[in-house]
Amino acid sequence: MTTSEFDSYRPPEEPRRRRRRDRPDGHEKAGGREQGNRRHRSGLAPSTSDGGREMAMVPEPQFSTTASDSYYGRPIVKAPPWDERVAAYLVCGGIAGGSSLLAFGAQLTGRDVLRRNTRITALAAAGVGAVALVADLGRPERFYNMMRTVKLSSPMSLGSWVLAGFSTGAGVAAAADVDRMLGEKLPLGPLRGMLRAVEAPAGGLAALLGAPLAGYTAVLLSDTAMPTWNDAKDDLPFVFVSSASIAASGIAMITTPVRQTAPARALAVLGVVADVVATRYMEARMDPVAVEPLETGRPGMLMKWSERLAIAGGIGTLLGGRHRVVAAVSGAALVTASAFTRFGVFYAGKDSAQDPRFTVEPQKRRLAARRRAGITDDSITTVR
Amino acid sequence: MVQLTQGPDAAVEGNPTADAHYEHPHPRKGFFTDTSICIGCKACEVACKEWNRNPVDSDYTLSNSSFDNSEGLGADTWRHVAFVEQDRQRVEEARESGRALVSLGMPTLRAPGGGTGGADAGAIRPSARTGARSGPLDGPIDAGLVGGLQAGPDMGGLDVLSSLGSAVDSSAVDITPPDTPEFRWLMSSDVCKHCTNAGCLDVCPTGALFRTEHGTVVVQDDVCNGCGTCVAGCPFGVIERRKDGIAQPKTDRSPAPGVHAEKPSKADKAEKADKAEKPKKNKNSGVAQKCTLCYDRMTDGQTPACAQACPTTSIRYGEREDMVVSAQERVAQLHAQGRTEARLYGANPKDGVGGTGSVFLLLDEPEVYGLPPDPRVPTRDLPRMYARAGIAMAGMVAAAGLAFLGGGRR
Ligand code: SF4
Ligand code: SF4
Ligand code: SF4
Repeated sequence: MTTSEFDSYRPPEEPRRRRRRDRPDGHEKAGGREQGNRRHRSGLAPSTSDGGREMAMVPEPQFSTTASDSYYGRPIVKAPPWDERVAAYLVCGGIAGGSSLLAFGAQLTGRDVLRRNTRITALAAAGVGAVALVADLGRPERFYNMMRTVKLSSPMSLGSWVLAGFSTGAGVAAAADVDRMLGEKLPLGPLRGMLRAVEAPAGGLAALLGAPLAGYTAVLLSDTAMPTWNDAKDDLPFVFVSSASIAASGIAMITTPVRQTAPARALAVLGVVADVVATRYMEARMDPVAVEPLETGRPGMLMKWSERLAIAGGIGTLLGGRHRVVAAVSGAALVTASAFTRFGVFYAGKDSAQDPRFTVEPQKRRLAARRRAGITDDSITTVR
Repeated sequence: MVQLTQGPDAAVEGNPTADAHYEHPHPRKGFFTDTSICIGCKACEVACKEWNRNPVDSDYTLSNSSFDNSEGLGADTWRHVAFVEQDRQRVEEARESGRALVSLGMPTLRAPGGGTGGADAGAIRPSARTGARSGPLDGPIDAGLVGGLQAGPDMGGLDVLSSLGSAVDSSAVDITPPDTPEFRWLMSSDVCKHCTNAGCLDVCPTGALFRTEHGTVVVQDDVCNGCGTCVAGCPFGVIERRKDGIAQPKTDRSPAPGVHAEKPSKADKAEKADKAEKPKKNKNSGVAQKCTLCYDRMTDGQTPACAQACPTTSIRYGEREDMVVSAQERVAQLHAQGRTEARLYGANPKDGVGGTGSVFLLLDEPEVYGLPPDPRVPTRDLPRMYARAGIAMAGMVAAAGLAFLGGGRR
């Protein structure tokens, strides 16, 4: 050990840290993030722990620590380049799909105002959603390539066709009602007769594709490698159709006088129950790590408020649904609840791509579970 | 070719082009990336960038993670060399986890020499081994190469089983490779896996992603509309949508091979400086981009740029079956030397993606290199997802019906 007067300028000596080795398989650190991941250690060569130590001129690279570690904490999977426009589309698709079902019911039971309003809602929501979806493409001018093929293995492809078919049906049905609303003053000529003739089947088509439009987005999200979306695959469709039901009913309760909205209110109450139950059930069944993004941070907040608003809206509907103002307020709460659910799920999935832990830990767990069960031939890692 | 005339299993396991119904399928091509001999020179990264004219993807900043500043695969980086520093403890752990794989009672994969399992003995391509010895790049790991790296025991005829057996019970941790004992560097050149069951390809709604006649997965730039579904569909985080206008090469790119560049005059240079002010759109901006396994070169029978540039033959290119055979021989060789940390990644046709076209030999757990430990192509669960969604949709219709039946009073 050498000493010199300049030694006093050295930063104080850090005791050499040894990493803990007692973690069996890394599960324990599910709670606290590995802080050591970002830790900069000084002293690359452990043997020189005295004044002969080299001074680090650049931050030291870290050593990877435990078996569940990652490559410098970098993401393993990549989040899709979708922004809020796609989340907005998820909301709109739900509103549109649910509204078309209400419109069809109203059409069959002769509730004119409800039918007109829900048809217009369906068309408007589908239109806004489609525009948002196209705008989010990397090459919006090539959106028509979605119609190049029908591909069963691609929920996005099927969804595009569902959206196209739905928009056609909802568009014709809404056009007929708009024409009627405007006192048949539009210069339609002989087209008006045709419109009247196809109005009912068009409403039927929209209703037929309504539930698929509201629910396929769940498959679209689950059919990805995003840990949270993928892990929710069994129950997310139930969450999405429930939230679509409450959103559509909510809008109907806002737009339509109470004397015609009894079915919408009934659907709202059913939807609230299903939404709360399905969401809780889904979260309970998910992998404890993969569910984390859904329960913490911004998505966690959204999901929590979604549940509160849904319950409040449901109670409001049940108790005061025949009062116009209460109905409208409850309806607004329900629409907001639905939007929160979808935005929450959307953000959670994107967040789950950012931290490799969400990819690595559930995968290691399921691999270990399979090995314990005696299935040892399907690992991607082999020694032969 | 041979595989397609075999049973369906052989076709699916051996060559995914069967799904694509090519009339004249070629042998499936792939990589074997042997990370144990990678020196981290990044020739592959550079060669790939140059050949494919990919734009820069960073502001030339340092990432503070070892010697890796390109950080990962992406739209503009189709080869990426990972650098990992490890201390001795970690090496021992890796050795232990590799040994655990051996003692798992490992799957009956193809024994070195080919074959897709007992039943499909007919699928063995007789050229599987000899074919591997044809070109200089395709050559098997010969004694000279290995010998240059470490003084391993002479393997002779590579008696795999007996040497494995002895490795398991007798060779102690002390048989360390002749590296610095306190410390090792892992370097690994990552690339698109060209999966047998490719998530990106399955979920692409436009058909822009397709399976080539060589069994690789390629994006058609002029068809992709940038929906980004494939980005989420890839279990390995490989494919990405190229951003527009942001990342811009600092200088104009060199002209295409065979085209002569004009000498830039002074005026040209001034003009260039002007142009550099406003970013212009990158080629293929807004479109999903990833390794094509050099489809353009392959069509002309050439080796991919990255493999050709690799000075250590760490990246080897050839028929996928041969690659798997070489990989299996190499891992057996390393195990016999006591380096039980060696393991293969992607060589198992029964894994979650049906095996990968790019097979890797790793020296630690996959996640250490930023690879998923148990990837599973999401579309494998798609029938079940559709079924669940169908039930949910039926429930929604039923609820609406109920609401109208029950809500009879107005
Ligand atoms: S690694 Fe990803 S991008 Fe490459 S073929 Fe597989 S799924 Fe597609
Ligand atoms: S971004 Fe392009 S390649 Fe990817 S899924 Fe969409 S259309 Fe297909
Ligand atoms: S095969 Fe071609 S495109 Fe793929 S990484 Fe190598 S050089 Fe790049």
